Amino acid sequence: MVTYIIRRLIWAVAMLAIVSMITFGIFFLVPRLAGATSESLAARYVGRTAGAEQIKVAAERLGFNDPLIVQYGRFAKGIVAGAEYDYGPASEHCPAPCLGYSFITQLPVWPDLIGRLPVTFSLALGAAVIWLITGVATGVLSALRRGSVFDRAAMTVALAGVSLPIFFTGIVSLVVFSYGRPLAITAPGGTYTPFFANPALWAYGMILPWITLAFLYAAGYARLTRSGMLETMNEDYIRTARAKGLPERVVVTKHGLRGALTPIVTIFGLDVGLLMGGAVLTESTFSLPGIGKYAIDAITNQDLPKVIGVTLLTAFFVVLANLVVDLLYAVVDPRVRLA
Amino acid sequence: MSFLELKDLRIHFPTDDGLVKSVDGLSFQLERGRTLGIVGESGSGKSVTSLGILGLHKGGRARISGEIWLDDEELVSASADHVRTLRGKKMAMIFQDPLSAMHPYYTVGAQIIEAYRIHNKVSKAVARKHAIDMLGRVGIPQPERRVDSYPHEFSGGMRQRAMIAMALSCDPELLIADEPTTALDVTVQAQILDLMRDLQQEFNSALIIITHDLGVVAELADDILVMYGGKCIEYGTATDIFERPEHPYTWGLLGSMPRLDRDRGDRLIPIKGTPPSLINVPPGCAFHPRCVYEDRTGGAARTDVPELLETEGGHLVRCHLSPEERRVIWENEIKPNLESV
Repeated sequence: MVTYIIRRLIWAVAMLAIVSMITFGIFFLVPRLAGATSESLAARYVGRTAGAEQIKVAAERLGFNDPLIVQYGRFAKGIVAGAEYDYGPASEHCPAPCLGYSFITQLPVWPDLIGRLPVTFSLALGAAVIWLITGVATGVLSALRRGSVFDRAAMTVALAGVSLPIFFTGIVSLVVFSYGRPLAITAPGGTYTPFFANPALWAYGMILPWITLAFLYAAGYARLTRSGMLETMNEDYIRTARAKGLPERVVVTKHGLRGALTPIVTIFGLDVGLLMGGAVLTESTFSLPGIGKYAIDAITNQDLPKVIGVTLLTAFFVVLANLVVDLLYAVVDPRVRLA
Repeated sequence: MSFLELKDLRIHFPTDDGLVKSVDGLSFQLERGRTLGIVGESGSGKSVTSLGILGLHKGGRARISGEIWLDDEELVSASADHVRTLRGKKMAMIFQDPLSAMHPYYTVGAQIIEAYRIHNKVSKAVARKHAIDMLGRVGIPQPERRVDSYPHEFSGGMRQRAMIAMALSCDPELLIADEPTTALDVTVQAQILDLMRDLQQEFNSALIIITHDLGVVAELADDILVMYGGKCIEYGTATDIFERPEHPYTWGLLGSMPRLDRDRGDRLIPIKGTPPSLINVPPGCAFHPRCVYEDRTGGAARTDVPELLETEGGHLVRCHLSPEERRVIWENEIKPNLESV
């Protein structure tokens, strides 16, 4: 078990290194393959009014004339150990993990990202709890009453859930349920109150985004759980459990659902990990100032350091989620522990 | 009344293709301390019968009629919940493949403890002690350590022992073993059969062994019931079935059984054809399309379902051939072939 954990940890670190290389490649190597020069890369970093000479100086200072491997080394060192920016007369220290400065606000990217994490965490974790409970419960009931009216209705709703985009369900829910509307259950869109400031207001403001996001995922989980349960309920060990005289409720939960749990745990970990890097559509539909909204704004403004920052952060969460899932796997399925 | 008595049990499953008559009018009796072997090919209805006795078809799609009397209690008309309380305690079952029949995510001990605690209000510690005790009784070495192992950490034979320990944990009076040795090595098969015989004598339970392997019933059974197409076609003591079998299907089973005392040059004699569809059971005798002696019945086998009739001393046969004809065929055509050494 210990060697399993160590192997997974090494794998996660290696994965992060590869992810940083790919990210670097996307933003600095691929443009060159497409014909970009050091100057045109540097032009992204200086104002539109800069002349050719200024761009040339900037390219030299930003190191775009160095070999690629040196450039990557500098990029990686900035993240791990921090970086020094030399502005000629003055120089500035950017503490690790340094992701550079926003073109627009001139502020370092990392503190910005950290400041937005609570919003994204609130959204992702709240929605995850809702979709896990409703999705799995619906899936189990559907599987047990296969072909019933409940099953058909639930699966139709689930199909709608996976098919309808957030910007549709989100806006419809805002029109129907938000403040000032006939069935008002929540604040006007875009009201985020930090949890530690006022938990009640926090939940009040988040309820619609949670439900909208959870609806999308719950639909998928209901379908996954249903098919998993249909499979495990046909297993021999379910017959054994019944033959022991266990009440049906125990057969379904302790034996059936337990057997169907492995793929759900896997997908759940990966979904939550991905959402930590920002639920782009939900956050922009509800104007929540989270990582996803940050990413959209960065892309719209062509704010390169921000885009790189969000990319790396999202990748980090996905790798972390993979690690957690692998470890959970060993907890859920004892057969993995030997491997 | 006998300890276990089935009267005209029918278990039918409606499907899109038609009504599957898995069990179609089965009757037999079994006393405590006796062993009944139910023999038949795949699809003859033997497993459906055993699950039916346990009440595991209740609440499903199956249409069940007839009577199952267990210790003066009728089970077909009893509520599903009442039968559940008997299941595991009064009657228990051992399944064919112990790897798939045990839950892969729980330890062997946890599964035995669970079985014990449903029917006995005891603490976990007491149940655990009982589980270790049971594992020791079925011959698992170091039971206090193995109780915390997972099924995949056991060998096939050990798993089947653990399965038996689980089934016996509540001292059931009726034990049904469905192909208990099919998934095991031959050497392990013999050990498991010995174990089952010893435990049955110790617990004085009624035992039903379901198998397609005549070798297994020869080893254990007092009485043998041969099933074909959901019906009993021959019933008798083990001596009746092995020394004086009367049904052509039973002859076929005996002829296709490999034996060490046979010349290697002699071919096994397979039964031609395949088991009948349980939706469109052949008219008349269900076995007639595969029966070598069908033409000697004067056409009756194709039109009339034969009755299950007693020939002598409780030996029952469902066949249109007259007892004299059967005896002649057995003595002159079948027995010499089986004994050709």
